[in-house]
Amino acid sequence: MSILKNIDTNIIQYVSILGSLVFIGLIVMLIRNKKIKEEFAILWLFFGLVFLFLSVWRGSLEIIARILGIAYAPAAIFLILIIAIISILIHLSLITSRLTDQARIMTQELGLLKMEMDAMKKAEPRPGPPEDSRTQG
Amino acid sequence: MHRKILAIVPAFNEAENIGQVIETIKKEDPLIDILVVNDCSRDKTGALAESTGLATVINLPFNLGIGGAVQTGFKYAVRNGYDIAFQFDGDGQHLAAEIKKLIEPILRNEADVVIGSRFCEKHKGFRSTPLRRRGIKVFEILNSLLIRQRITDNTSGFRAYCTNAIHFLADNYPEDYPEPEAVLLLGKNGFTLKEVPVRMQERKQGNSSITGIRSGYYMIKVLLAVLVNAMRPRLVKDRNTG
Repeated sequence: MSILKNIDTNIIQYVSILGSLVFIGLIVMLIRNKKIKEEFAILWLFFGLVFLFLSVWRGSLEIIARILGIAYAPAAIFLILIIAIISILIHLSLITSRLTDQARIMTQELGLLKMEMDAMKKAEPRPGPPEDSRTQG
Repeated sequence: MHRKILAIVPAFNEAENIGQVIETIKKEDPLIDILVVNDCSRDKTGALAESTGLATVINLPFNLGIGGAVQTGFKYAVRNGYDIAFQFDGDGQHLAAEIKKLIEPILRNEADVVIGSRFCEKHKGFRSTPLRRRGIKVFEILNSLLIRQRITDNTSGFRAYCTNAIHFLADNYPEDYPEPEAVLLLGKNGFTLKEVPVRMQERKQGNSSITGIRSGYYMIKVLLAVLVNAMRPRLVKDRNTG
Protein backbone atom coordinates (compact mmCIF):
# COMPACT_ATOMS: atom_id res chain seq x y z
CA MET A 1 0.00 0.00 0.00
CA SER A 2 2.78 2.36 0.81
CA ILE A 3 4.06 2.19 -2.76
CA LEU A 4 0.66 3.14 -4.17
CA LYS A 5 0.30 6.02 -1.75
CA ASN A 6 3.54 7.53 -2.87
CA ILE A 7 2.71 7.43 -6.59
CA ASP A 8 3.43 10.75 -8.24
CA THR A 9 0.58 11.04 -10.76
CA ASN A 10 2.39 13.91 -12.40
CA ILE A 11 4.70 11.41 -14.03
CA ILE A 12 1.99 9.98 -16.26
CA GLN A 13 1.11 13.49 -17.33
CA TYR A 14 4.68 14.14 -18.44
CA VAL A 15 4.79 10.79 -20.20
CA SER A 16 1.55 11.44 -22.09
CA ILE A 17 2.57 14.96 -23.09
CA LEU A 18 5.88 13.62 -24.31
CA GLY A 19 4.17 10.67 -26.05
CA SER A 20 1.69 12.95 -27.82
CA LEU A 21 4.46 15.27 -28.94
CA VAL A 22 6.57 12.41 -30.26
CA PHE A 23 3.51 11.05 -32.09
CA ILE A 24 2.68 14.42 -33.67
CA GLY A 25 6.34 14.92 -34.52
CA LEU A 26 6.47 11.52 -36.20
CA ILE A 27 3.41 12.27 -38.34
CA VAL A 28 4.76 15.69 -39.32
CA MET A 29 8.09 14.09 -40.23
CA LEU A 30 6.35 11.52 -42.40
CA ILE A 31 4.42 14.25 -44.20
CA ARG A 32 7.58 16.33 -44.61
CA ASN A 33 9.43 13.39 -46.11
CA LYS A 34 6.47 12.68 -48.40
CA LYS A 35 5.90 9.25 -46.89
CA ILE A 36 2.25 10.07 -46.17
CA LYS A 37 0.09 12.44 -48.10
CA GLU A 38 -1.42 15.29 -46.07
CA GLU A 39 -4.88 14.06 -46.94
CA PHE A 40 -4.27 10.75 -45.19
CA ALA A 41 -2.46 12.25 -42.23
CA ILE A 42 -5.09 14.78 -41.25
CA LEU A 43 -6.97 12.35 -39.02
CA TRP A 44 -3.76 11.14 -37.39
CA LEU A 45 -2.70 14.70 -36.66
CA PHE A 46 -6.13 15.62 -35.39
CA PHE A 47 -6.18 12.79 -32.86
CA GLY A 48 -2.57 13.49 -31.89
CA LEU A 49 -3.62 17.01 -31.00
CA VAL A 50 -6.64 15.71 -29.09
CA PHE A 51 -4.38 13.54 -26.97
CA LEU A 52 -1.92 16.37 -26.41
CA PHE A 53 -4.81 18.53 -25.23
CA LEU A 54 -6.07 15.81 -22.87
CA SER A 55 -2.64 15.30 -21.35
CA VAL A 56 -1.90 19.00 -20.87
CA TRP A 57 -5.25 19.78 -19.30
CA ARG A 58 -5.96 16.79 -17.11
CA GLY A 59 -9.25 18.11 -15.80
CA SER A 60 -10.74 17.90 -19.30
CA LEU A 61 -10.97 14.13 -19.06
CA GLU A 62 -13.03 14.39 -15.85
CA ILE A 63 -15.33 16.87 -17.53
CA ILE A 64 -15.81 14.67 -20.60
CA ALA A 65 -16.46 11.66 -18.36
CA ARG A 66 -19.06 13.56 -16.36
CA ILE A 67 -20.85 14.79 -19.49
CA LEU A 68 -21.00 11.25 -20.89
CA GLY A 69 -21.95 9.71 -17.54
CA ILE A 70 -18.79 7.63 -17.25
CA ALA A 71 -18.17 6.83 -13.57
CA TYR A 72 -14.54 5.92 -13.98
CA ALA A 73 -12.92 8.87 -15.75
CA PRO A 74 -9.91 7.06 -17.26
CA ALA A 75 -12.37 4.84 -19.20
CA ALA A 76 -13.21 7.94 -21.24
CA ILE A 77 -9.70 7.83 -22.69
CA PHE A 78 -10.39 4.37 -24.10
CA LEU A 79 -13.62 5.57 -25.64
CA ILE A 80 -11.81 8.43 -27.35
CA LEU A 81 -9.06 6.08 -28.47
CA ILE A 82 -11.52 3.62 -29.99
CA ILE A 83 -13.38 6.41 -31.78
CA ALA A 84 -10.04 7.59 -33.17
CA ILE A 85 -9.07 4.14 -34.43
CA ILE A 86 -12.46 3.41 -35.97
CA SER A 87 -12.63 6.72 -37.78
CA ILE A 88 -9.18 6.21 -39.22
CA LEU A 89 -10.09 2.69 -40.36
CA ILE A 90 -13.25 3.92 -42.04
CA HIS A 91 -11.23 6.64 -43.73
CA LEU A 92 -8.87 3.95 -45.03
CA SER A 93 -11.79 1.89 -46.40
CA LEU A 94 -12.98 5.01 -48.16
CA ILE A 95 -9.62 5.49 -49.76
CA THR A 96 -9.29 1.86 -50.84
CA SER A 97 -12.75 1.94 -52.38
CA ARG A 98 -11.82 5.01 -54.37
CA LEU A 99 -8.57 3.42 -55.48
CA THR A 100 -10.40 0.25 -56.55
CA ASP A 101 -12.74 2.37 -58.65
CA GLN A 102 -9.86 4.22 -60.24
CA ALA A 103 -8.00 0.98 -60.91
CA ARG A 104 -11.08 -0.46 -62.59
CA ILE A 105 -11.52 2.53 -64.87
CA MET A 106 -7.83 2.53 -65.71
CA THR A 107 -7.83 -1.20 -66.46
CA GLN A 108 -10.77 -0.74 -68.81
CA GLU A 109 -9.16 2.21 -70.56
CA LEU A 110 -5.90 0.31 -70.90
CA GLY A 111 -7.68 -2.70 -72.38
CA LEU A 112 -9.57 -0.51 -74.86
CA LEU A 113 -6.47 1.46 -75.86
CA LYS A 114 -4.33 -1.64 -76.28
CA MET A 115 -6.95 -3.15 -78.52
CA GLU A 116 -7.24 0.04 -80.60
CA MET A 117 -3.48 0.28 -80.91
CA ASP A 118 -3.13 -3.31 -82.04
CA ALA A 119 -5.88 -2.77 -84.60
CA MET A 120 -4.10 0.33 -85.90
CA LYS A 121 -0.79 -1.46 -86.15
CA LYS A 122 -2.40 -4.27 -88.10
CA ALA A 123 -4.20 -1.87 -90.42
CA GLU A 124 -1.07 0.00 -91.56
CA PRO A 125 2.16 -1.84 -90.97
CA ARG A 126 4.88 0.82 -91.05
CA PRO A 127 8.52 -0.17 -91.35
CA GLY A 128 9.95 1.81 -88.44
CA PRO A 129 10.10 5.60 -88.04
CA PRO A 130 10.66 7.72 -91.15
CA GLU A 131 14.33 8.40 -92.00
CA ASP A 132 14.33 12.18 -92.06
CA SER A 133 12.79 12.58 -88.60
CA ARG A 134 16.20 12.25 -87.01
CA THR A 135 18.15 14.59 -89.31
CA GLN A 136 15.66 17.40 -88.93
CA GLY A 137 16.53 19.01 -85.65
CA MET B 1 -32.34 1.07 -91.60
CA HIS B 2 -29.51 -1.15 -90.58
CA ARG B 3 -28.63 -1.06 -86.91
CA LYS B 4 -25.19 -1.75 -85.59
CA ILE B 5 -25.37 -4.62 -83.14
CA LEU B 6 -22.64 -5.73 -80.78
CA ALA B 7 -22.33 -8.97 -78.87
CA ILE B 8 -20.40 -8.44 -75.64
CA VAL B 9 -18.83 -11.72 -74.59
CA PRO B 10 -17.17 -11.59 -71.16
CA ALA B 11 -14.75 -14.48 -70.75
CA PHE B 12 -12.59 -15.65 -67.89
CA ASN B 13 -10.68 -18.90 -68.42
CA GLU B 14 -13.04 -20.11 -71.13
CA ALA B 15 -10.48 -21.49 -73.58
CA GLU B 16 -12.57 -24.62 -74.05
CA ASN B 17 -15.77 -22.77 -74.92
CA ILE B 18 -14.83 -19.42 -76.42
CA GLY B 19 -14.15 -20.53 -79.99
CA GLN B 20 -17.45 -22.28 -80.30
CA VAL B 21 -19.33 -19.41 -78.68
CA ILE B 22 -17.96 -16.96 -81.23
CA GLU B 23 -18.72 -19.26 -84.15
CA THR B 24 -22.30 -19.93 -83.11
CA ILE B 25 -23.04 -16.21 -82.83
CA LYS B 26 -21.55 -15.53 -86.28
CA LYS B 27 -23.43 -18.44 -87.73
CA GLU B 28 -26.67 -17.13 -86.28
CA ASP B 29 -26.20 -13.63 -87.69
CA PRO B 30 -23.05 -12.64 -89.59
CA LEU B 31 -23.94 -8.93 -89.28
CA ILE B 32 -23.46 -8.96 -85.53
CA ASP B 33 -20.05 -7.73 -84.39
CA ILE B 34 -18.52 -9.69 -81.56
CA LEU B 35 -16.43 -8.23 -78.78
CA VAL B 36 -14.71 -10.65 -76.44
CA VAL B 37 -13.62 -9.09 -73.17
CA ASN B 38 -10.94 -11.40 -71.87
CA ASP B 39 -10.89 -10.72 -68.13
CA CYS B 40 -7.22 -11.53 -67.61
CA SER B 41 -7.67 -15.26 -68.13
CA ARG B 42 -4.84 -17.53 -67.10
CA ASP B 43 -5.45 -19.81 -70.08
CA LYS B 44 -5.43 -19.07 -73.81
CA THR B 45 -8.92 -17.57 -73.98
CA GLY B 46 -7.69 -14.31 -75.53
CA ALA B 47 -5.43 -15.87 -78.13
CA LEU B 48 -8.04 -18.43 -79.12
CA ALA B 49 -10.70 -15.76 -79.51
CA GLU B 50 -8.36 -13.73 -81.73
CA SER B 51 -7.42 -16.75 -83.80
CA THR B 52 -11.03 -17.19 -84.96
CA GLY B 53 -10.68 -13.89 -86.82
CA LEU B 54 -14.37 -13.27 -86.17
CA ALA B 55 -14.17 -11.21 -83.01
CA THR B 56 -12.55 -8.09 -81.62
CA VAL B 57 -10.72 -9.00 -78.44
CA ILE B 58 -9.97 -6.77 -75.48
CA ASN B 59 -7.45 -8.27 -73.09
CA LEU B 60 -7.79 -6.63 -69.70
CA PRO B 61 -4.48 -6.32 -67.85
CA PHE B 62 -6.13 -7.13 -64.49
CA ASN B 63 -9.04 -9.33 -63.52
CA LEU B 64 -12.01 -7.03 -62.96
CA GLY B 65 -14.77 -9.56 -62.48
CA ILE B 66 -17.85 -9.89 -64.65
CA GLY B 67 -19.17 -6.37 -63.94
CA GLY B 68 -16.01 -4.57 -64.91
CA ALA B 69 -15.56 -6.79 -67.97
CA VAL B 70 -19.07 -6.22 -69.30
CA GLN B 71 -18.78 -2.49 -68.61
CA THR B 72 -15.66 -2.44 -70.79
CA GLY B 73 -17.94 -3.79 -73.51
CA PHE B 74 -20.42 -0.94 -72.99
CA LYS B 75 -17.60 1.59 -73.23
CA TYR B 76 -16.46 0.00 -76.48
CA ALA B 77 -20.03 0.08 -77.78
CA VAL B 78 -20.36 3.80 -76.95
CA ARG B 79 -17.08 4.70 -78.63
CA ASN B 80 -17.87 2.75 -81.75
CA GLY B 81 -21.43 3.92 -82.13
CA TYR B 82 -23.40 0.73 -81.65
CA ASP B 83 -27.19 1.00 -81.56
CA ILE B 84 -27.78 -2.23 -79.70
CA ALA B 85 -25.55 -4.35 -77.50
CA PHE B 86 -26.28 -7.65 -75.88
CA GLN B 87 -24.36 -9.70 -73.37
CA PHE B 88 -23.62 -13.28 -74.30
CA ASP B 89 -21.62 -15.26 -71.77
CA GLY B 90 -18.39 -16.91 -72.85
CA ASP B 91 -19.14 -20.19 -71.12
CA GLY B 92 -21.64 -21.40 -73.68
CA GLN B 93 -24.73 -21.32 -71.46
CA HIS B 94 -26.53 -18.85 -73.69
CA LEU B 95 -27.91 -20.07 -77.01
CA ALA B 96 -27.26 -18.15 -80.20
CA ALA B 97 -30.65 -19.23 -81.54
CA GLU B 98 -32.28 -17.06 -78.85
CA ILE B 99 -30.48 -13.83 -79.80
CA LYS B 100 -33.19 -12.79 -82.21
CA LYS B 101 -35.84 -13.00 -79.48
CA LEU B 102 -33.71 -10.81 -77.27
CA ILE B 103 -33.09 -8.09 -79.82
CA GLU B 104 -36.46 -7.85 -81.53
CA PRO B 105 -38.28 -5.96 -78.75
CA ILE B 106 -35.58 -3.28 -78.95
CA LEU B 107 -35.77 -3.07 -82.74
CA ARG B 108 -39.52 -2.58 -82.39
CA ASN B 109 -38.99 0.05 -79.69
CA GLU B 110 -40.95 -1.98 -77.16
CA ALA B 111 -38.28 -1.88 -74.50
CA ASP B 112 -34.93 -0.36 -73.60
CA VAL B 113 -33.63 -3.50 -71.98
CA VAL B 114 -34.57 -7.10 -72.70
CA ILE B 115 -33.71 -9.88 -70.30
CA GLY B 116 -33.64 -13.49 -71.37
CA SER B 117 -35.46 -15.34 -68.61
CA ARG B 118 -35.38 -19.02 -67.76
CA PHE B 119 -38.44 -18.72 -65.59
CA CYS B 120 -41.15 -16.72 -67.28
CA GLU B 121 -42.42 -19.76 -69.15
CA LYS B 122 -43.13 -23.33 -68.13
CA HIS B 123 -40.23 -25.78 -67.80
CA LYS B 124 -37.82 -25.56 -70.66
CA GLY B 125 -34.11 -26.30 -70.73
CA PHE B 126 -31.66 -25.91 -67.90
CA ARG B 127 -32.89 -23.84 -65.00
CA SER B 128 -30.12 -23.95 -62.42
CA THR B 129 -30.06 -25.97 -59.21
CA PRO B 130 -32.90 -25.95 -56.61
CA LEU B 131 -30.90 -23.93 -54.09
CA ARG B 132 -29.97 -21.34 -56.66
CA ARG B 133 -33.53 -21.11 -57.85
CA ARG B 134 -34.51 -20.22 -54.31
CA GLY B 135 -31.91 -17.43 -54.30
CA ILE B 136 -33.15 -16.20 -57.66
CA LYS B 137 -36.70 -16.14 -56.23
CA VAL B 138 -35.54 -13.82 -53.45
CA PHE B 139 -34.27 -11.35 -56.03
CA GLU B 140 -37.50 -11.68 -57.98
CA ILE B 141 -39.56 -10.67 -54.97
CA LEU B 142 -37.21 -7.90 -53.84
CA ASN B 143 -36.59 -6.30 -57.20
CA SER B 144 -40.22 -6.62 -58.24
CA LEU B 145 -41.22 -4.70 -55.11
CA LEU B 146 -38.58 -2.05 -55.66
CA ILE B 147 -39.25 -1.29 -59.31
CA ARG B 148 -42.90 -2.42 -59.39
CA GLN B 149 -42.39 -4.73 -62.32
CA ARG B 150 -42.09 -8.48 -62.16
CA ILE B 151 -38.65 -9.62 -63.28
CA THR B 152 -38.40 -13.38 -62.91
CA ASP B 153 -34.75 -13.92 -63.78
CA ASN B 154 -32.64 -11.25 -62.13
CA THR B 155 -29.44 -13.25 -62.37
CA SER B 156 -29.64 -13.86 -66.09
CA GLY B 157 -26.70 -12.33 -67.92
CA PHE B 158 -28.38 -12.80 -71.28
CA ARG B 159 -29.55 -9.24 -71.92
CA ALA B 160 -29.90 -6.76 -74.74
CA TYR B 161 -29.70 -2.98 -74.38
CA CYS B 162 -30.75 0.02 -76.46
CA THR B 163 -28.39 2.92 -77.18
CA ASN B 164 -29.51 4.98 -74.19
CA ALA B 165 -29.08 2.05 -71.83
CA ILE B 166 -25.62 1.36 -73.22
CA HIS B 167 -24.58 4.96 -72.57
CA PHE B 168 -26.04 4.83 -69.09
CA LEU B 169 -24.34 1.57 -68.16
CA ALA B 170 -20.98 2.59 -69.61
CA ASP B 171 -20.84 5.01 -66.67
CA ASN B 172 -22.90 3.18 -64.07
CA TYR B 173 -22.52 -0.57 -64.26
CA PRO B 174 -22.27 -2.38 -60.91
CA GLU B 175 -19.22 -4.48 -60.07
CA ASP B 176 -18.68 -8.02 -58.80
CA TYR B 177 -22.10 -9.66 -59.27
CA PRO B 178 -23.87 -7.02 -61.31
CA GLU B 179 -27.01 -8.63 -62.73
CA PRO B 180 -29.67 -8.17 -60.00
CA GLU B 181 -28.31 -4.74 -59.15
CA ALA B 182 -28.41 -3.65 -62.77
CA VAL B 183 -32.10 -4.55 -63.01
CA LEU B 184 -32.89 -2.24 -60.11
CA LEU B 185 -30.61 0.50 -61.40
CA LEU B 186 -32.19 0.44 -64.85
CA GLY B 187 -35.74 0.17 -63.55
CA LYS B 188 -35.25 3.04 -61.15
CA ASN B 189 -33.78 5.28 -63.79
CA GLY B 190 -36.76 4.99 -66.07
CA PHE B 191 -35.60 2.41 -68.57
CA THR B 192 -38.35 0.06 -69.68
CA LEU B 193 -37.54 -3.58 -69.07
CA LYS B 194 -38.98 -6.60 -70.75
CA GLU B 195 -38.43 -10.28 -70.22
CA VAL B 196 -38.53 -12.87 -72.94
CA PRO B 197 -38.52 -16.60 -72.25
CA VAL B 198 -35.29 -18.28 -73.31
CA ARG B 199 -33.69 -21.64 -72.82
CA MET B 200 -30.22 -21.90 -71.38
CA GLN B 201 -27.68 -24.66 -71.34
CA GLU B 202 -25.77 -26.11 -68.48
CA ARG B 203 -22.17 -25.03 -68.92
CA LYS B 204 -20.16 -27.42 -71.07
CA GLN B 205 -16.70 -27.07 -69.58
CA GLY B 206 -15.22 -25.56 -66.45
CA ASN B 207 -16.93 -24.44 -63.29
CA SER B 208 -19.28 -21.69 -62.26
CA SER B 209 -17.62 -18.89 -60.35
CA ILE B 210 -20.22 -19.05 -57.59
CA THR B 211 -20.07 -22.23 -55.53
CA GLY B 212 -20.18 -23.33 -51.88
CA ILE B 213 -19.45 -20.60 -49.40
CA ARG B 214 -19.37 -18.03 -52.18
CA SER B 215 -23.09 -18.54 -52.75
CA GLY B 216 -23.75 -17.24 -49.25
CA TYR B 217 -21.43 -14.32 -49.82
CA TYR B 218 -23.06 -13.72 -53.19
CA MET B 219 -26.54 -13.48 -51.66
CA ILE B 220 -25.47 -11.16 -48.86
CA LYS B 221 -23.36 -8.92 -51.07
CA VAL B 222 -26.00 -8.58 -53.76
CA LEU B 223 -28.85 -8.08 -51.28
CA LEU B 224 -26.86 -5.31 -49.62
CA ALA B 225 -26.05 -3.76 -52.97
CA VAL B 226 -29.68 -3.87 -54.10
CA LEU B 227 -30.99 -2.38 -50.86
CA VAL B 228 -28.39 0.37 -50.79
CA ASN B 229 -29.04 1.07 -54.43
CA ALA B 230 -32.72 1.47 -53.68
CA MET B 231 -31.81 4.27 -51.28
CA ARG B 232 -29.73 6.17 -53.84
CA PRO B 233 -31.19 9.04 -55.78
CA ARG B 234 -32.08 8.56 -59.42
CA LEU B 235 -29.19 9.19 -61.76
CA VAL B 236 -31.23 10.11 -64.79
CA LYS B 237 -33.88 12.78 -64.59
CA ASP B 238 -36.98 12.41 -66.73
CA ARG B 239 -35.89 10.41 -69.71
CA ASN B 240 -38.00 10.24 -72.78
CA THR B 241 -37.77 6.90 -74.45
CA GLY B 242 -37.57 6.55 -78.19
